[in-house]
Amino acid sequence: MSTQAVGMRGGRWAAFQRQLQDRPSLVLVGVLLFLVLLIGIARPGTIGGTWVANTILFAAPLGIVAAGQTLVMLTAGIDLSVAAVMTAAAYVAASQSYFGSIRAVILALAVGLVVGLLNGLGVAIFRVQPLIMTLGTGLVISGSLLVYSLQVSHQGPPAVPDIVRYVGSGKLLGSIPVSALLWGAIAVIVIIGLRQTGFGRLVYAVGDNPTAVRLAGVRGWLVLLVTYVLCGFFSAVAGLVLVGAINAADLSLGDVYLLPSVAAVVIGGTSIYGGNGGYAGSLVGALILSVLSSLFTLLDAPDPLKQILYGAIVVLLAAVYVRTAGDTG
Amino acid sequence: MSAAATAGRPPGGPRFGRLLRRNAWTLGTYALFVAVMIFTISIHPDYGPFEVQSLVVGALPLAFAAVAQTCVVLGGGIDLSIGAMMAVANVLAARYMLGHDFQTALLISVAVLFGGTLAGALNGLIALRTKVPDIVVTLAMSFVWGGVALLILPKPGGGAPDKFGELASGSLFTPWIPNGILLLVGVVALVWIPLRFRGLGLALYAIGSDRTAAFRRGVRVGPTRVFSDALGGFLAACGGLALLMSTGIGSPLAGTIYTLSGVSAIVLGGVSLAGGRGGVTGPIVAAFVLTLVPADLILSGTDPNLGQVIQGVLIVLVVMAGGLAPLLRRRAPRTTDETGVAAA
Amino acid sequence: MLLETRGLSKNYGAVVALSSGDLSVQAGEIHALMGANGAGKSTLVKLLTGDVTPNAGVILLDGREVRFPSPASARKAGLASVYQDVSLVPLLTIVQNLRLTGTTMEAIRPWLEELELEDVDLTELARDLPTPTLHLLDLAQALASMPRVLILDEVTATLPADLSERVFRVARRWRSEGRSVVVISHRMTEVKALCDRATVLRDGATVGVVDLESSGQEEIVSLMLGPEAASVVVSEGSVADREKVSKVDRRPAVEVRGLRSGILQDVSFTLQRGEVLGIVALEGQGQADLFECLSGNRRPAAGEILVEGKARRFRHPHDAIGAGLVLVPADRALALLRQRSVLENIALPMVNRLRNWGLINSGSERRRVKSAIDRLEIDTRAQSRVMRLSGGNQQKVTIARWLATGFMTLLCFDPTRGIDIRTKEQIYKVLRELAASGSAVLLFTSEMPEIQLACDRALVMYGGRVVAELSAHDATEAALLRAAHGLGRAAAAEAAS
Repeated sequence: MSTQAVGMRGGRWAAFQRQLQDRPSLVLVGVLLFLVLLIGIARPGTIGGTWVANTILFAAPLGIVAAGQTLVMLTAGIDLSVAAVMTAAAYVAASQSYFGSIRAVILALAVGLVVGLLNGLGVAIFRVQPLIMTLGTGLVISGSLLVYSLQVSHQGPPAVPDIVRYVGSGKLLGSIPVSALLWGAIAVIVIIGLRQTGFGRLVYAVGDNPTAVRLAGVRGWLVLLVTYVLCGFFSAVAGLVLVGAINAADLSLGDVYLLPSVAAVVIGGTSIYGGNGGYAGSLVGALILSVLSSLFTLLDAPDPLKQILYGAIVVLLAAVYVRTAGDTG
Repeated sequence: MSAAATAGRPPGGPRFGRLLRRNAWTLGTYALFVAVMIFTISIHPDYGPFEVQSLVVGALPLAFAAVAQTCVVLGGGIDLSIGAMMAVANVLAARYMLGHDFQTALLISVAVLFGGTLAGALNGLIALRTKVPDIVVTLAMSFVWGGVALLILPKPGGGAPDKFGELASGSLFTPWIPNGILLLVGVVALVWIPLRFRGLGLALYAIGSDRTAAFRRGVRVGPTRVFSDALGGFLAACGGLALLMSTGIGSPLAGTIYTLSGVSAIVLGGVSLAGGRGGVTGPIVAAFVLTLVPADLILSGTDPNLGQVIQGVLIVLVVMAGGLAPLLRRRAPRTTDETGVAAA
Repeated sequence: MLLETRGLSKNYGAVVALSSGDLSVQAGEIHALMGANGAGKSTLVKLLTGDVTPNAGVILLDGREVRFPSPASARKAGLASVYQDVSLVPLLTIVQNLRLTGTTMEAIRPWLEELELEDVDLTELARDLPTPTLHLLDLAQALASMPRVLILDEVTATLPADLSERVFRVARRWRSEGRSVVVISHRMTEVKALCDRATVLRDGATVGVVDLESSGQEEIVSLMLGPEAASVVVSEGSVADREKVSKVDRRPAVEVRGLRSGILQDVSFTLQRGEVLGIVALEGQGQADLFECLSGNRRPAAGEILVEGKARRFRHPHDAIGAGLVLVPADRALALLRQRSVLENIALPMVNRLRNWGLINSGSERRRVKSAIDRLEIDTRAQSRVMRLSGGNQQKVTIARWLATGFMTLLCFDPTRGIDIRTKEQIYKVLRELAASGSAVLLFTSEMPEIQLACDRALVMYGGRVVAELSAHDATEAALLRAAHGLGRAAAAEAAS
């Protein structure tokens, strides 16, 4: 914008608006509570410890993959390969479990790191648009996985390693899902990492203004590279958690998570143009989407209707967000 | 220095060279197609009308998806719901055409195309009114249209009169030129030629290139955006019908892959995702390349499952090659307007 | 009255760009619109041409109220503008651009001849033509619609002198035909020579209309700067301090030898520690290239840069910053993270090394940032997002960044452009203090009177070379102006005496 601030408009509404703009998660928590309330009204007695534990259990893979997507979107990018990485990591872990759980898990995470590295190299060094680069690697990964699956098929059906199953569906003290704890740990690391580390600052800075970042002496490409590697890693972790929860690996396991991973970040208030937002919002966004599905299931809504409402609500939430937060791009 | 500044390039310079430079990418796509075609014929010496026909029928839906995405992207947007809209068109047509004669089928087609146009326009209007980025709107709308498709036809079924399928697979003149290619050329020409030579087409390119400048030139930016999205919807519906022609039944999930492979085709076909640059022939030819490659893999005895891998590698390499040129050029002094010091 | 506006106002969210724009233009006059950057000139122009719509106020044409929802409608009513940022669509050819506005070749051809653009290949993409050519083409296209009011928004800022002359010729012709021209320009001499009257804006409001025949530059300047301006211009207390300090510790901080890049030709000079060295030049004389090379944003084609006696090659601003050379660019938009907080903006360079990517010591960071904020007296009431600060405070943030991070040599490229006089004073005070504490400061300013206020000596650049060196004492505006127009050292010295 070529205009400079000559003055500010006062007023309580403006102040409130500014508050919302800075803390979008407040609105989101409101929406989340509203949805929970709705469930409570629709099916009294549903809300309880078990329900909460199960909801979090099902939200965990989405929440974890959204962590990676948040980082990438904060740099004004997008990662369309997350679903392929989730699937690949899950499948690799399952097919390699024969050689030992540890090796299986390490290989699965390596898949994520390698894809992230490829994405990062393309976006940061070759300046390929993130959308295209990650679309391309996504295709490469799912194609390779298909070939790989045929080659390992003689080993017998893939079996989910025990550790992975424990992380994905196990419960501590009888009620606390292990995946929730893992998700919580990741959330703490990502939130603190974004707020309190030099790298986190730079993630925002690169998304906000690459020229300023360069002028401040920062090597922006390195920031992008690390961001995409982290995204690949988180996607792989999400894939493992997912396969652990479902306890069966197939070649389209992660597919359904691509769109929700972006949706969770967007309704969580992270700008698709980068530089603004954070993981706290995405976390609540992931919970909202999960509670929404849970609500639809409780209401016995048929699948297609569920999908339609889901899409409509995402647009609605995004629109409400744009309206309250104002134009921040 | 001012003389040089006004004159720009030497007048009457090599126009042919410039034409070549501006269309280098598209020409590259043609060359790629020719190369792949030569390879195909070399491993499959008795390549004949039947193969041509199956290539065209197979490539038709993707070609329409690519042209649909092209219309949206040229205007500076992106539509991630094209595959889902194709699915809706596909199942809608399959459900209502079943058991009817050809003429009714054509009538239904017209209705479906109309619906597709409306759906595309709806995408554009939502993005325009709510100011939510179109990538988010269309992503969410892909859920909605996907759900609608499932409501219409929960599982693969329906059908169309045989004659309807012959719109793509039959051949009017010679078996070397299947109807599908005529259909494609006809529809695209119908949409594209008036567009290319009318103000509206110019406006479309203008808003894709620079919205502010276009507005100042007198382009009505909002309506033009909605128009480009509506056009995308129309062509997506064409793609859905083409899908019905090639498979003969309706399937609520068959369309979904066309969103991303359509994007692949336009990238390969030289349309800039940033908008304003590219044409319509590049993506169409790219759609044929992307259809031909997996078929070739089967013929040459390679694992056909590598098709997707090759498609992905192709996209990444092509775009990297495109990105490499400016990277090399950057070693030379930059112009001042990219840098830190120059004034506002 | 041909064109009149009353109380036009425009705000973007909470930011008020124009609060009360009043303008009246008679038929057959060239009317100047003046004011510091951010005073609202460009916003007023955009309202007049339908580029944006006003929040309040009216536009009267021939005494009748008009509304322009788009530039096309304004053009139809007889108002056409050439904007400071080129408004040709880059990926279309010139011919196609003309078709967008419905300009016929017959209509534009005489104007292409008038502006000596016959040789331009109109089938080129706009993006492939040089910026000055595009500006003239834009002008030709505006003229082709035969507007009753032609608006030129800082068109000459990017044009070399001979091309500017073509623009003025057209403007005078427009006046002689009984039409009107509104000119926005920062160049006082240009305005004096060309215009009949001037409307002055300050802080988004019209503060006065001046008859240029009868009144002098001082009147315009004092209107532009506001009431407290005069007092500052006379307060030369700092100059006395400077004489004392400048005796201390004179070692070369940066030596530039035979530097070539862009239009820069063989530039050599030495910047001493403890001094503020001014660079003076008209627009586009190579000063931008010089700062680019020194800040590591571009690799020079030839020549060397010595820092503390050692030759350095900068491949990235990172290297220059490592060597202690830091840049404050003119355009704040390039340096600031608009959506981030003041703290994050100031602390940005502190994390530019890999080893600082870990946890931030927020205590020490906050202390360093706070001391920089205090030193520059930044108003931090709206600190959660830098874009909510005023222009002056934004500029202070770009300087505070380096105060907090630390540096040896500060490269300031027109840091006071378009900011109010009080902020200017603060910035110059800080620059003087920095020099006094042993840093070196290289300062380019487009406002020549300020050289004597802030600098120890000044270099004048013209056509990519350093053509004159003047001590602060000799660097009067007249002497600088002469040298900056390439009138030679002798003439400059003569003017100084």
